[in-house]
Parts: sequence; structure tokens; C-alpha cells
Amino acid sequence: MGVVKSNVPVGRVKQSLQAKAPQDRILEIIVYFSMTVVTVLTIYPFLNVLAISLNDSVDTVRGGITVWPRQFTLDNYSLIFTYGSLITGFKISLLRTVIGTIAGLISGSMLAYTLARSDFQARRFISIFLAVTMYVTGGLIPGFILMKDLHLIDTFAVYILPGLVSAFNVFVIRSFIDGLPYALQESAKLDGANDFTIYWRVILPLCKPALATVALFLAVGQWNSWFDTYLFNGSNESLTTLQYELMKILQSTTTSASNSQDAANMAERMSQISPESVKMAITIVVTVPILIVYPFLQKYFVKGMTLGAVKS
Amino acid sequence: MKTITASAENAYKKRKKSAWKELKNQKYLYYMSIPFVLWVFVFQYLPLWGWTMAFQKYKPGVGFFEQKWVGFEHFRTLFGDEHFYQVLRNTLAMSFMGLIAGFIVPVVFALLLNEVRVQALKRFVQTVSYLPHFVSWVVAAGIVTKMLSTDGGVVNDILLGLNLIDQPIQFMAQGHLFWGIVTSADIWKETGWNAIIYLAAISGIGPELYEAARVDGASRWRQIWHITLPGIRPTMIVLLIMSIGHLLGTGFEKQFLLGNHLVIDYSEVLDLYALNYGLAMGRYSFGTAINIFNSVISLVLLFAANGIFKRFTNESIM
Repeated sequence: MGVVKSNVPVGRVKQSLQAKAPQDRILEIIVYFSMTVVTVLTIYPFLNVLAISLNDSVDTVRGGITVWPRQFTLDNYSLIFTYGSLITGFKISLLRTVIGTIAGLISGSMLAYTLARSDFQARRFISIFLAVTMYVTGGLIPGFILMKDLHLIDTFAVYILPGLVSAFNVFVIRSFIDGLPYALQESAKLDGANDFTIYWRVILPLCKPALATVALFLAVGQWNSWFDTYLFNGSNESLTTLQYELMKILQSTTTSASNSQDAANMAERMSQISPESVKMAITIVVTVPILIVYPFLQKYFVKGMTLGAVKS
Repeated sequence: MKTITASAENAYKKRKKSAWKELKNQKYLYYMSIPFVLWVFVFQYLPLWGWTMAFQKYKPGVGFFEQKWVGFEHFRTLFGDEHFYQVLRNTLAMSFMGLIAGFIVPVVFALLLNEVRVQALKRFVQTVSYLPHFVSWVVAAGIVTKMLSTDGGVVNDILLGLNLIDQPIQFMAQGHLFWGIVTSADIWKETGWNAIIYLAAISGIGPELYEAARVDGASRWRQIWHITLPGIRPTMIVLLIMSIGHLLGTGFEKQFLLGNHLVIDYSEVLDLYALNYGLAMGRYSFGTAINIFNSVISLVLLFAANGIFKRFTNESIM
């Protein structure tokens, strides 16, 4: 009697924990195989580019470099830092990333704070007003004409001003504030703090995880963008960004007929030295700043992404 | 009767007064939001006003009221242009391929990643998988071009090594391969990132459900099918509707950066068309007509998708 009793539920659980069913083993094989494939597919291109950038440029032409340089050298890197337009590009990119991120954080958090206040009269109106911009945009040409009318073409400001307020970022921060206990604001109010003080002293310090997420989005967006340079500042050499310079160099070989004379000249100058290694070195220089910041912010952005997606 | 009216009037006055008082009370909230609302108005809504250009023979530097109105002439030109249908075909083809692949692949990836029982490995794969999301399309396009190149590109090397081909394929010069290349590049870049939301949704499923299934002797396949998938269904639907809404708006960066004059018949999308035939040639009105067409189609698709899903699943994003 006792044997039968203990055999029914407990025995079955134990069995399923110990011996794996054959189809479960097939699943494990599929899982680990596909994870290996994903990892290799993702990492290999980066390692390959890195290896080529560290390889002697004449030797690279022979091909066959995989993840390890055959003739190690840093010449490609020292070479690209002698090109003036790349240095300028680096400075402009850095500047727009820093300014754009700070400005975007201030605007996003202020708006988010007011929208998180359930007693704010204009809350609903502003929320809808913002949400509409996520789906309807004027498009390329009206946007271009507006920049022209505002005299923002050929200025640095065109990198910062148009994208200052992003609805998505506002909603990400707002949903984070929504999750904070409202009692905090209430007690600050009883202590005589005005709304701005509450925002600055109470909310902002508590919002660090959300702010870190949005900062990452903003910084990556600023660092990576090239099309606004192409559209508005392409001919102004003192305002072109690093991504744009890289774009010109990479494009000039695939479409030699088009693009500006300047890009073709530079590509020609570079291709006399090396077709591949120098290009790959620039690619690495453009990519590395992002690889440096993103592991630090990773724990935040996963949370921020989920919050933003659920709310919007 | 009189008293009721009087008290109603009083209440109305009181409410009006308190609304005004509220406004004063909330002045800081207004100070903090109004500047940005104006900002959004200038940079997001004013361009919408620019849509009027599509109905004018727009001349730069001339006041709004002095512009010549032409009605739907530019739209007639657009719909009469054979090239337009090629561009529309490319846009729709790449959008739908991206939509389907971009919907299925991240779900499958998230399901498989969730089955990795070694936590350190799971975290490692996840971290690696969203690395490409953070590099620019300029870099990604450069990498894709390099991987597919005929001299030293790894794809050709592998195909040659396996004796599947005798000669390297010039991938970037083949029009009929372009759509596939763009879609694959997109999958490479965004799968890990898009899987984040699904993984978060999966982690929100109660462990007691799996426990119960295990007690009942369900295999892991059955657990995926009967617990995990239904668990993330709402998330899947919301994301699908959102991506449909962005169907025609999904960028031209990839097409611009990966395309070249050899494959232009397959690479040109609506926004590029507006860029090349509107902006570059100074035909602002015509280009705006293309932009409007793009936006209207997007909205129609969004509402249609939302309506369909609302009907069948009672889930809605609006």
C-alpha cells in the first residue's frame, strides 16, 4: 500500500527531473547549436574587421585574414589620425554626442515629470500631442525646408535642435516615475517645495536608471547619425561628423561614379596606401566608443526598453 | 427650481474659479512643459503644415499666399510615373520581408535562449546578440559589404570551400539578391535587441505553470508550446501592430548605404525616391507628394492592423 502511494506523484516528478526524455535532448542540441551559430555570426565580423585593421596593409591584399592579423602593425591607425577631416569629424561627433545627450535628458525628464503628475491639467493633451509625433512625421522634404527657413543649414545647431524632444524617451522616463511612490512628492510638497524643486531634488536623483537608459539611446543616436550631416552640412568641412566621413570613404569604392569629388579624392589617396586595412581601422575607431559604454549601461537599458515598450 | 439653478450656477462659478486657481498652482508644471510643447510644435508639427507644398507649385522664398495652387497635379504625375511603381514594389517587398523576418526570428531566438539552462552562457549570448544594434548602419553596411565581397569575404570563402560554387559571387552587384541582403543585414543587426522584450515577457510568466506542467509530465517542447508561447502572445501582438504601423516608414538608411547604381532597380525605396527626385532636383512639391503618400499608407496599415487584431484577439494598442 505504502509503495503505491509514494510511487504516484513523487516518483514521477523525480523521474522527470533525472532522466531526460529523448525529445528534450533534441531540444538541447538545437538550443546549444543555434546559440553557437548566433554567437559566431555576431562576433566573427567584428573580429575579422579588427584583425584586418591591425594587419600590414600591403599584406592584407593577399586576403585570407580571419580573426588574427598575419603581419601585426599599428600603422593603419597612426595613418588615419593624420587625416584632418577625420580629426574634425571625431571632434564634431564627440561634441554633438555630449551636448545632444545632456539637452535631451533635460527636456525628456522635465516633460516626463509633468506628465507623470496625475493632477496636471494639461497632462492628457500633451501626452496625445507627443504620441502623435511617433506615428506622423512631415517627411524628408518639409523637414528640409523648415531647416532652411529657420536658417539651421550649415550650423552645428541642426544636430541638436530638431531632435531635442523625443516622445519615446519621454514615455520611458514617465513610466519609470509612475513606478515611484507618490508619497515622496506629497511629503516634499508638505515641506513647502514647489514643483520644480520636487523635480530637481526628489525625482531626478531617483530616476537614475531611467536616465541612464535614455542617455544611452540619445548618445548612441547622436554618435551614429550621419544622414543629417549628409542632408544639411555635407559641404561644410568644419561640421562633418565621423560617421559621415566613414560613409564617404566606404561608399566611394562601391559607387565610384557618384558622390562628391572630395570623397573620391580622399578615397584615392587612401587606396594608394591600402584598400582595406585603413578602411577597417576607421570602422574600428568609429565603433569602439560604443563598445566601451554599452556594457556599463546594459543592466539599465534592458529595463528601460521593457518599460518603454509596455507603456507605449 | 430657483435654488437648484442658483446652486448649479454657484458650483459652476466655483469650478471655474478653482480651475483658474489650479492653473496658478500648477504654474511650475506649465513652465516646465510649455517650452517643449512649443518645441514639438515647431519641429514636428510645422513640417506637417509643409504638406501644403504638395498641392502647390512651390517656389522657395515666396510667401505662402503667393504660391500657385495646383491641386492634385503632383499626385497625378506620381501615379502616372512608371518608375514610381517599381519604387513602391521595392518598398513593399523589403518592408514585408523585414516585417515577417523581424517578427519571427526574434521570437524564435528568445524562445531558444530561454531554454539555455546555464545562466552565465545565457547572459553571454544575450550580451553578444545585441552588440550589432549599437553600431551605426554605416558600420553595419561596411561590415556586410566586407563579408560578402569577392576578395576575402567570408561568405564566398565558405561557399568556395564547400565546393558549392566555382567562382566568387558578386553579391552586391546582383539586383535580385538585394532584398535578401537587406533583410539578412537587418536580422543580423536587430534580432538580439528585439528579443529583449520577449525575454522580459517570458520572465514574467509564473514558474508554477512550468512546475505544474512538469508534474503532468510535459516535455520541454510542450512547455514552450502550451505555456511560454501563450504567455508572450500579448507582447507579440502589440509589437506586430507597432511594426505594421512603421511598415513604410522603416527607413532608407540600409538601402542608401547597401545599394549602388548596379542594383538601383531593386534598392530604391519611397524615401530615397523623394530624396533623389524631389530634393536633389529641387522638385520640392513632387517630393512632398511622395512623403504624403508614404505617411497615408502607413496610417491606413496601422489602423487596419489594429482593427483586425482588436476583432480577433481583443487586444489593442489604441
